Amino acid sequence: MKLALRIWRQDGPAAHGAFERHCVVGLAPEMTLLDALDVLNERLVHAGKRPVAFDSDCREGICGACGMLIDGFAHGPRALTTTCELGLRAFADGAEVTLEPFRAGPFPVLRDLCVDRSALDRIIQAGGYVSVRTGSAPDANAVAVAKPAAERALDAAACIGCGACVAACPNRSGALFVGAKLAHLGQLPQGAPERGRRALAMVAAADREGFGGCSSHGECQAACPKGIGLGVIARMNREFLVAAVRDGG
Amino acid sequence: MNRACDTQAAAVAEASAAACVPDSHDPGGPLATRWERRRAELGLVARPRRRRHTVVVVGAGLAGASAAATLGELGYRVLCVCFQDSPRRAHSVAAQGGINAAKNYQNDGDSVERLFADTLKGGDFRAREGNVYRLAQLSLPIVDHLVAQGVPFAREYGGQLQNRSFGGALVARTFYARGQTGQQLLLGAYQALSKEVAAGHVRMLPRREMLDLVVVGGAARGIVTRELTTGRIELHFGDAVVLASGGYANVYGLSTNARGSNASAIWRAYVRGAAFANPSFVQFHPTCVPLRGEQQGKLTLMSESLRNDARIWVPRTPGDARAPHELAEATRDYYLERLYPRYGNLTPRDIASRAAKTICDQGKGVGPSGRGVYLDLRDALRREGEAVLRERYGNVLQMYERLTGDDPLRVPMQIYPAAHYSMGGLWVDYDLMTTIPGLFAIGEANFSDHGANRLGASALMQCLADGYFIVPYTLTGYLAGGELGQVSAEDAEIRALVAGVSERVARLAGAGGRRTAGDFQRALGQILSSACGLSRSGPRLARAAGEIAALRAAFADDLCVPGTAAELNQELERAGRVADFLELGELMCRDALAREESCGCHFREEHQTADGDARRDDSRFAHVAVWRYRGRDQAPERLIEPLAFEALGPCERSYR
Repeated sequence: MKLALRIWRQDGPAAHGAFERHCVVGLAPEMTLLDALDVLNERLVHAGKRPVAFDSDCREGICGACGMLIDGFAHGPRALTTTCELGLRAFADGAEVTLEPFRAGPFPVLRDLCVDRSALDRIIQAGGYVSVRTGSAPDANAVAVAKPAAERALDAAACIGCGACVAACPNRSGALFVGAKLAHLGQLPQGAPERGRRALAMVAAADREGFGGCSSHGECQAACPKGIGLGVIARMNREFLVAAVRDGG
Repeated sequence: MNRACDTQAAAVAEASAAACVPDSHDPGGPLATRWERRRAELGLVARPRRRRHTVVVVGAGLAGASAAATLGELGYRVLCVCFQDSPRRAHSVAAQGGINAAKNYQNDGDSVERLFADTLKGGDFRAREGNVYRLAQLSLPIVDHLVAQGVPFAREYGGQLQNRSFGGALVARTFYARGQTGQQLLLGAYQALSKEVAAGHVRMLPRREMLDLVVVGGAARGIVTRELTTGRIELHFGDAVVLASGGYANVYGLSTNARGSNASAIWRAYVRGAAFANPSFVQFHPTCVPLRGEQQGKLTLMSESLRNDARIWVPRTPGDARAPHELAEATRDYYLERLYPRYGNLTPRDIASRAAKTICDQGKGVGPSGRGVYLDLRDALRREGEAVLRERYGNVLQMYERLTGDDPLRVPMQIYPAAHYSMGGLWVDYDLMTTIPGLFAIGEANFSDHGANRLGASALMQCLADGYFIVPYTLTGYLAGGELGQVSAEDAEIRALVAGVSERVARLAGAGGRRTAGDFQRALGQILSSACGLSRSGPRLARAAGEIAALRAAFADDLCVPGTAAELNQELERAGRVADFLELGELMCRDALAREESCGCHFREEHQTADGDARRDDSRFAHVAVWRYRGRDQAPERLIEPLAFEALGPCERSYR
């Protein structure tokens, strides 16, 4: 199997970028797209050329390090799949595939397909936690948590922080990311005391970082490899509104 | 000896007395109160004074993030570095199955004593009793803390926490969040860390790799890092350094570890004088998706928790190539149930892995390569129904289907062992301090609690015990030991150190040979897998040491790294890691060769029972092998730390 990879190359944050085309032969359908990039890179290194920089680590869809636009889609054409999990079965033999970095103002390009997503960390730092000191917790079974609440919290907590929702959104909104964390912690009794404060602080942090607002396009939901839905954005809006009214915003 | 007052002085003196057997500083006495007594001895640092101490933490996985967050909470100035772009991505995130705690919520007879005994026996009596007992005790507050952090563990309808079983245990003590427990626990630690970053107690420095350790006056005083986007070499001072940089299974080329997981931090510390313990103890996880092709970059783990419900089998007749559904019950060999009737499919990992290899060596393996066995959910599907299985294993089943195109609820999964976890690591004493005073090692980076084999759902427990509940106390005790002298970047010694790092990086970046770093890593992996993998023999190990030496020479001559050191250069990063793996691989072979017995993961073909089980030799090898570096061209020195078993006499480890 072979692919023609059209890859965005950019030397640094301030450099101009351009597409570069590489034909990669000797691939097999059971390989992943990142295996194919590894093959290409080995060949580039053998030829003394600079390999394509891209982030990836766990290669099993859980660390959130990988992420690129594949033919214009964040994480590529298959639903519920991260870039590292995307098998070459998704492409026809000989197809041309375009690879670009996640494009968003708050995600500056570092090199080629690598972007800086530290803005997402700063949003969590603004309030995406439960304030509990090590060693001060009551017995784990002291507070019962209804099973459906725990399951819904886990659905939202499945977010891997990859930033695909931002890259897919025409407004470059971080609402799905923020909403997922609010939905995770807000539905558990342990996260309840800080609910309002958390919503206000995280929404403000997202604004500060330059993420856009949500206008319900739903592209984020389609791109999310973990199936997190627009419901968490509704929850974010409600938590924010309640807190703003109650605390005078 | 009361180490509260003179920890530093004594430790420095001890470290300089070369060739002595390292002292574990286990407080001794009754196991149940050992940790409590040690804590009472440890000195304290007044809160206002803590601000004056900087602690450097390397790594932001479960161990590093929990330690950094807790030290930050205590009021220390913490500097935390990780190579990932965010601490939320450290490889702890990929742990699937769960975390053990002796809560006995299932009322099935669990207790701290039982978790202790299971862990010590699971490690084939090659771990320290005192450490393992403390680990079992700390499993309790860990789960309490995780729930309080908002970790959404599986619940029963009544709202209570749910449990399941893991290999090597007859009770259900594993707490879990579907097949993504590691992710949820790491997010808990990452969020706690984020809170401390916001409070100004922790400075988080991602995309940095530790390339050397600063040792001044015999004590660890900082690290040298490379900032990975610009290539800048940076010097970070501290009053203590905590290495939480994870394990080294990637030395095998292919493993279940993340691509970036590496041994460089602990290897640099070893070269600077920290002893390395049991380097050859590496776990092969029995339930991984078999290799699909030569170009594959990574092996994928399927949670061991599947063994709660799935049955493992191969065709009874070698070479029977029929599809699994065509094989009637009588033509299947459920070999784990046959060989180990008491534990069946829940035998510990080392035993399940070796059994899979043996059965495939007999020609009964399945799949295109013949290196695979079936992991079959058919019976569980009939018993429990699809909805229950999807809820229990959701993302693991999806992951398998995406990788292979097969739905595991319709077609049995194929699995084979893969390098997964290193029980070996930097030697640490009871306080988790290495042989370099002020240098601590926690989580997978140290060797401490798992002996020669780790039980499932125990890695997360150990990382968090170390990070949340042990090192904050013992590091405080160390800092309470007295004032440390000033260090300055202008000191000749420090300047030479930084210059040395820059030079090493520049040398790699300029390499203009013909072979890629990946090439060398694969070659090393092949040597180690056949000589120092699931099954080991003296002659193969001796030969491998020579092959690795030759490979190191080729690496020095024929490596090719394009680009420069002053830019984001992932090929350069990899080359640096492979350089260290090459040296570590050699030490592993040495260690495996010197240990003339079989125990846990370390199976020497010369030492087995008639049934093919491991034959331990307690009279000669009931000890930790402790290796000390003696220079580039000199063989390292092998010391031993004897292990004493008072509470639980070492027994033959039978799961039959």
